[in-house]
Amino acid sequence: MLSFILRRFLSMIVTLWLIITLTFFLMHAAPGNPFEKEGKGLPDAVAANLNAFYNLDKPLIVQYGLYLKNLVQFDLGPSTASGSDTVNKMIARGFPVSFQLGLVAILFAIVTGIALGVVAALRHNRLIDYVAMVIAVIGISVPSFVLASLLIKYLAVEWKLFPTATWGTWQHVVLPALALAFSPIAIIARLTRTNMLEVLTAEYIETARAKGLSPATIVFKHALRNAILPVVTLLGALIANILTGSFVIEKIFAIPGMGKYFVAGINNRDYSVIMGTTVFYSTLLIFMMFVVDVLYSIIDPRIKFHGKEREG
Amino acid sequence: MIVSDELFTPMRKENLSAEAIVRPQLTYWQGAWLRLRGNKLALVGLVIIILLGVMAIAGPIISPHDYAKQSVITKNQSPSAENWFGTDDFGRDVFTRVWYGARISLFVGLMAALIDFFIGIIYGGIAGYLGGRVDNIMMRIVDILYGLPYLLVVILLMVVMGSGLLTIIVALSATGWIGMARTVRGQVLQMKNSEYVLAAKTMGAKPFYIVRKHLLPNTIGIIIVYVTLSVPTAIFAEAFLSFLGLGIQPPMASWGTMANDALPTILSGHWWRLFFPAFFISLTMLAFNVLGDGLRDAFDPKTRR
Amino acid sequence: MEKLLEVDGLQVAFKTHGGTIQAVRGVSFTLHKGETIAIVGESGCGKSVTAKSIMRLIPEHIGKIVGGTMLFQGKDLVQLPEKEMREMRGSQISMIFQDAMTSLNPTISIGEQIMEGIIRHQKVSRSEAKRQATEILQLVGIANPESRLKQYLHQFSGGMRQRIMIAIALVCKPSILIADEPTTALDVTIQAQIVELFQNIQRKTGVSIIMITHDLGVVAKIADRVNVMYAGKVVESGPVSEIFYNPQHPYTQGLLSSMPRLDADRNIPLSPIPGTPPDLFAPPAGCAFAARCEYALEVCRAHQPEETQLGSKHVVSCWLQDPRAKKLLSAQQSPTGT
Repeated sequence: MLSFILRRFLSMIVTLWLIITLTFFLMHAAPGNPFEKEGKGLPDAVAANLNAFYNLDKPLIVQYGLYLKNLVQFDLGPSTASGSDTVNKMIARGFPVSFQLGLVAILFAIVTGIALGVVAALRHNRLIDYVAMVIAVIGISVPSFVLASLLIKYLAVEWKLFPTATWGTWQHVVLPALALAFSPIAIIARLTRTNMLEVLTAEYIETARAKGLSPATIVFKHALRNAILPVVTLLGALIANILTGSFVIEKIFAIPGMGKYFVAGINNRDYSVIMGTTVFYSTLLIFMMFVVDVLYSIIDPRIKFHGKEREG
Repeated sequence: MIVSDELFTPMRKENLSAEAIVRPQLTYWQGAWLRLRGNKLALVGLVIIILLGVMAIAGPIISPHDYAKQSVITKNQSPSAENWFGTDDFGRDVFTRVWYGARISLFVGLMAALIDFFIGIIYGGIAGYLGGRVDNIMMRIVDILYGLPYLLVVILLMVVMGSGLLTIIVALSATGWIGMARTVRGQVLQMKNSEYVLAAKTMGAKPFYIVRKHLLPNTIGIIIVYVTLSVPTAIFAEAFLSFLGLGIQPPMASWGTMANDALPTILSGHWWRLFFPAFFISLTMLAFNVLGDGLRDAFDPKTRR
Repeated sequence: MEKLLEVDGLQVAFKTHGGTIQAVRGVSFTLHKGETIAIVGESGCGKSVTAKSIMRLIPEHIGKIVGGTMLFQGKDLVQLPEKEMREMRGSQISMIFQDAMTSLNPTISIGEQIMEGIIRHQKVSRSEAKRQATEILQLVGIANPESRLKQYLHQFSGGMRQRIMIAIALVCKPSILIADEPTTALDVTIQAQIVELFQNIQRKTGVSIIMITHDLGVVAKIADRVNVMYAGKVVESGPVSEIFYNPQHPYTQGLLSSMPRLDADRNIPLSPIPGTPPDLFAPPAGCAFAARCEYALEVCRAHQPEETQLGSKHVVSCWLQDPRAKKLLSAQQSPTGT
């Protein structure tokens, strides 16, 4: 198992370095210099000073080196749009909020998705299976922002059950989390159901029944364990899904999370914010995927003892 | 039971069906088509897609309005006989814009899927067919690229390249081909080592023949499914980009930009501006997903009854 | 000998999209205490379905028992409520399956898989269950049982996995052990070991065995009685010596002669039974084997053959046993002077 973890760790570092480099060179490939555009009308001397301050006058490779050096010290640099703010501070303000939202969303999605998938599989081809699967297909087809709009329109505006926007109390979390979780629920439910159906026809389930075990034991102890494994591998992608989804959801609900800064940075062409938040997001994501991989290796005894995944 | 004596004579064996085949044999494609036909939901999806395509072409033509013509007088009017889907806050007819936007959104979706298809097939096909070191290196690259968050990279590309129809397609294609490449390469590897290909080789078949006769027909099923399912991903991505302000620029409009512009209407009550584009985005994605699912089930021989 | 299980006229039907399949069309046999009976036949003849039906393992919506009775411990297993049936499974009647690799759970330790049956049926503590598990592993011939309890399926070889499955089945000391093709998936040398294991266990615990197999070699070694099945019915049954040395049904004869022998003359071609089993969507009115039988008579196509008792509990269902058929056969043979 250790060799597996080690390999994954190294691969994580490589991917991370790759995206940092990619982001850096992409940002600097963008046309124009942040201080020359939009007719800011800056006097040349001031522009020159600003350029020097942001190291934009140095050769690209040097800038890259400086950037990496700062990164290792966890310094993401100042914002180019708002002179006084730094990316680090923005993240410090916005991340806790986004994290809360994301955590609620993913936990809700996992629990609901698995429950829905199991129920659908156990009542295969009956009404609830059909209904669950229709909901699932809608879930992956209707974009989160559409759902968000619907939720706001009906639950918030018309029926006044929840606030329409911003942040603060637990009521503020419900609608955005729901909007974020809907698509992951659908994906998890479908996968769980497919896997459960397959596992339930497996021979070891027949053996379990031949032992006289109760249906509940068979479903939860024998079947579910095997059916859930593939869902764990999906977790990484789902976290990415929720993360990117949060940009839009935070915008719609006017939630003061990181998404707000990211989107604002995009609109203002604030390159250091874009770079900084991208690097932060990517690090988070890649690290999450690493954690998921480790988790998977613990759960699946085939990897635990042999360090290799099952073929095929 | 009394059994008559005369029955004790040797049996005539003409009507014997001991070796007769019980069920008619179907070819792979016939079987797939039959299964697809039985899947009502998938067929509905197919019909919806066809209808959407027809309306995308015909909609702006049959409508008496122009998609870009603004008018202060007719601002924000709810659906009426004059404007079937109402008007937006520039007085533009929503119906025409929806179908105009359909062209854009569908175009983006299909183009991105097709480009992914070609790049993916070539890359994956080469990697799988050549195998060995070449395959190893190519797949290493893919694995690392796969680790990059798709939408993040798309956003970055858009920021760099600037918004616009072409750049969106480029950005989506640049990231989406990876999944296709992996799938194709997996298929090719599987086929390469399968017994019937080995059999064909021992009979002296040339590589091109093997590819044409054996590899292609078997991979096509999976590829069709994959392409069908990558369309909704592209459409979603385009709408998503529009929401972040990175999408198509005015005066062109896609469903995504229309929905984004219409966001404030949740509170203002002009529901038709958000409803129609959002509805059609969802409907299109739904139709392609359902069709893709149906195709996947149809091509999978394991679901044969 | 005491009768343990009496199956009478068992009928099982499967509902499919293509129609209803009559998988088992009236099977009867009796299992006595301490006895080993074998049920043999080709794939699709209904022997597995029969075995699983004894334990009511086939879900009702897939395959339904539509007729017959199965008497065990004074109760009819066909009518027994599901809850009581569950009590029986694993404790009174146990079953082992063909492929241990797929029949055991890969993500749960094998110790746990043994112990859960013990705890479920005997309601004892975990440490007691562990002790019993260790004991049973020893009985089936697995070395260092204590340390192996914690291991997982993929850490054992094929033969050992089969032994584990047998251990799981036997740990609650059932009266009946049903073995569905236990040696089919194994190498020949391991097969011999497993057969020997069955004999040992029967000696030590006195369990009665129903062995489903198409391997006549295994039957010869281990069975006391044999039931030959074809197309959902038992066509011949009797003591193992009778079946092997005096087979009466053309199908049984065909089975025995189709076995390739090491000492046979190389120039004589193998003699398989031509044709394939009938489609059980619409079973024939007469004998199902008629289409492939070289001795078939008109009566065979028209009517189901009656059972004929041949002394020492040897029973055949074949029209050739009818005196009129015997007359016809001897008349056919004499003109040629053989």
